Amino acid sequence: MKKAAVFAAFVFVAAFLLFAAGRLHPFGEPSAPAMDDYFLAHSQAETGANNVVTAIVFDYRGFDTLGEATVLFAAILGVVAVFRRPREDER
Amino acid sequence: MRGEMSVIVRTIARITYALILVFGFYVILHGHLTPGGGFQGGAVVASGFALLPVAFGAAAAKRYLNPSLMRHLEEVGSLAFLALGFLGIGISFFYNVLANSGSLFGAAVPFGPNSGILNSAGTLPFMNWAVGLKVMTGLMTIVLVLLIGAGKEGKD
Amino acid sequence: MGNFPFVVAMLLVILGLYTLLFKRNLIKLVIGASLIETGVNLFLVALGYRTAGIAPIYTYAPPALADRMVLPTPQALTLTSIVIGLATTALLLSFAVVIHRHYGTLDVREVKELKG
Repeated sequence: MKKAAVFAAFVFVAAFLLFAAGRLHPFGEPSAPAMDDYFLAHSQAETGANNVVTAIVFDYRGFDTLGEATVLFAAILGVVAVFRRPREDER
Repeated sequence: MRGEMSVIVRTIARITYALILVFGFYVILHGHLTPGGGFQGGAVVASGFALLPVAFGAAAAKRYLNPSLMRHLEEVGSLAFLALGFLGIGISFFYNVLANSGSLFGAAVPFGPNSGILNSAGTLPFMNWAVGLKVMTGLMTIVLVLLIGAGKEGKD
Repeated sequence: MGNFPFVVAMLLVILGLYTLLFKRNLIKLVIGASLIETGVNLFLVALGYRTAGIAPIYTYAPPALADRMVLPTPQALTLTSIVIGLATTALLLSFAVVIHRHYGTLDVREVKELKG
């Protein structure tokens, strides 16, 4: 009974995802490119970088990169803390 | 020494380790001109470092790559990235103070395709190096801790 | 069918969802989570494509096509998403190692007690 309910919910979510993917904008014509056209036209004058993706990641959206650096630091902290053993000279 | 692989794997690992490191550092250094940057180059260098425990065993690799040194280098990279954000705090956080200024990394770039001016892009190369150091040593810390922590289970 | 790349990315997400719901081994659950993250990254990159566009980099760009570049913002968001997926997978795997060491089994239906 529970397995049938889980399977019905999975089929419903799968149908919803496939139907939504078919009704997006046509592949190859993005629907609102105004912000990216501004980035492409002004990134060399304002930041001086030829690589527009690096200019976005570190200059226009540097705050997101700070959040991602924090997530990476927290993950490394968690992995090191899980495998820590008390040595014989502690307690 | 347990965990070692055969002679062919060890020889090829020694040769390709140096080549992978050179390519990874190239990807990090030229992040503002060619595809790449801190995260991508850091992952490539970490893959090069991760060849050594696989080919030579975790015990031999631990003598050559110290896990606590890697962890401290990762903290240094994190703090350097944060300190670079505070350079332009007079205007806003993460302001690019060195771009178009004429000093170090300050050449102005004209609009349109060109052949790549290394001296441009302000604080972006410094941020690339800080993030590259952080990702490289952080991923290697995870690999070493997982290999050493999961391998000592039989000695409990 | 013009939206085929979006449908393929959603198929990856559906496969990962199936693995998460119907498999019992802990390592298979980690693989399912990684499949979902891969599908979402592919979907993000496919959102920003412009037909017959080149990469958004001005170094040695062909001058005839230099005004028709692919959107750069979804690529920047995908970078962040890949690193976060890696952090999640690393923590999941280390928890799997500790659970195996404590319970002796990797079956997710046997690890039910909340107290050690």
